[in-house]
Amino acid sequence: MDILKLTALELGKKIKDKEISVREAAEAAIERAKAAEPELNSFVTLDEEGALAQAEEMQRKIDQGEAAGPLAGVPAAIKDNMCIRGQLTTCSSKILSNFRPTFTAEAVENLQRAGAVILGKTNMDEFAMGSTTETSWYGPTRNPHNTAHVPGGSSGGSCAAVAAEESFYALGSDTGGSIRQPSSFCGVVGMKPTYGTVSRYGLIAYGSSLDQIGPITKDVSDCAAVLEAIASHDAKDSTSIAREDYRFTDALVNDVQGLRIGIPRDYLGDGLDGEVQAAVTEAAKVLEKCGAKVEMFDLGLVKYAIPAYYTIAAAEASSNLERFDGVKYGYRTPDYEGLHDMYKRTRSEGFGPEVKRRIMLGSFVLSSGYYDAYYLKALRVKALIKQAFDRAFEKYDVILGPAAPTTAPELGKSLSDPIKMYLGDIYTISVNLAGLPGISIPVGRDGKGLPVGMQLIGNVFQEKTLFRAAYTYECATEKQYEGPAEFGREFGKEARQ
Amino acid sequence: MADMANKISDETIEYVGILAKLELSEEEKEAAKADMEKMLDYIDTLNELDTAGVEPMSHVFPVSNVFREDVVTNGDNREETLANAPLRKEDSFEVPRTIG
Repeated sequence: MDILKLTALELGKKIKDKEISVREAAEAAIERAKAAEPELNSFVTLDEEGALAQAEEMQRKIDQGEAAGPLAGVPAAIKDNMCIRGQLTTCSSKILSNFRPTFTAEAVENLQRAGAVILGKTNMDEFAMGSTTETSWYGPTRNPHNTAHVPGGSSGGSCAAVAAEESFYALGSDTGGSIRQPSSFCGVVGMKPTYGTVSRYGLIAYGSSLDQIGPITKDVSDCAAVLEAIASHDAKDSTSIAREDYRFTDALVNDVQGLRIGIPRDYLGDGLDGEVQAAVTEAAKVLEKCGAKVEMFDLGLVKYAIPAYYTIAAAEASSNLERFDGVKYGYRTPDYEGLHDMYKRTRSEGFGPEVKRRIMLGSFVLSSGYYDAYYLKALRVKALIKQAFDRAFEKYDVILGPAAPTTAPELGKSLSDPIKMYLGDIYTISVNLAGLPGISIPVGRDGKGLPVGMQLIGNVFQEKTLFRAAYTYECATEKQYEGPAEFGREFGKEARQ
Repeated sequence: MADMANKISDETIEYVGILAKLELSEEEKEAAKADMEKMLDYIDTLNELDTAGVEPMSHVFPVSNVFREDVVTNGDNREETLANAPLRKEDSFEVPRTIG
């Protein structure tokens, strides 16, 4: 049996039934990661020793009946912007390249309680700012399906690790599409839950009003199970919400009879790749055949989401990243004269170009004289975007469209034109502005063998509706998780057609 | 574009650099100016929308401050905390002299 082909829930069951030991599972993942990492660079930290120690401990707990959940003993990877006590947590930035937190993020603690074995920390765009995982101080991650292409971002390391079977699942964070877009590019399932569903305690903040942690998995069932494990009301996060129902796996039902699905006409316009459009349209037809009522509608305001987002996210980032000053943790410049010089040099040497670009923009839009014209204007547009979604959800249960306008671009083609790169987030960004849940699921490949993702968007707190629709699609297409092509030194180069 | 009039002056870039606590080389300043002009022109497309009477929305849910009793729940992890200090002096973080 090839352990690596199993989904997280399948593996959890076999561990429970004593067919596979936790150590065997961890070893299989680590061995795979060691072979793939020279080619992919999915991990900033691969913690072999720690993972094997956790595996022993978890096996003991399972044997003694202390850990009985469906994910007990299953190895997982964590995006490197979530704190784990004592473990290097870098945000893929030089400025945090030596930071070891003194506490663990609530979402990770929840996972540990569910029996996860943490393999390590995954690569990302620096401070989650980017759409390709190329802004990492630790070098880019490559797409397992074709290593000449990016995995997307900013959770590119987490998505590549799951796609390449280096980990059975992973956690990512999503501020403007950072789970859904790389999930689409890597052919895995990724969800951004409703804002406030997963605690942000211990998640290093980028845009606090938009950031949300979510699962990245091989299939929809795993996605629901992982969300069930990490979601909680947390007094340590003042924006955390006490939800009435956390039983997301109850929604894994093969039935969309009568479900009202709307496809925004404005999501199928300029800039959408023809092959992506064809794959997503085909997937919508599958759901229609299963009994859903599918129709087109005009959502409106789509092109204003990106400029509103970059104003708000940059403003929040400039404020959140002020704490990195070389005093209490992280990098400090070796040469300085006085306190202010130390701050400025530390930050200038510690941050990369994309992070500096957003801090500068954010500082500008928050400065007196410009605050009303830019920052408040963006917050007013955000209100209008939320209203547009409210109107749509009066008519539809689910909004369906592509997760991204294209498949994964080639490495080195995106960073030179930021606005063009930002346009790649056009379908995902408004979901964060409105606080909604969204899921990306694989629905095919383009002519080059690169995966295409479909995004399903729900109203606030309607994750279960999304899981039901996504699960029904999986059942109807008998979709099994498809890994990348053969790996080794030629990892993924000849992507499967 | 609604407005291509965004021109960032040298003084503005200087001022934003101070707010952002970043030290930019001359070359970086020029690049930052060009970047910011482009982004602001793009952001100005928001002016195509009439937002008169629309309340700025900072949060999607009506959240308010959450209070709790001020009770210490974490233990003493002074050593762990100080272990991250770039420079420490006994039980303190060491910084350059701030008062002359």
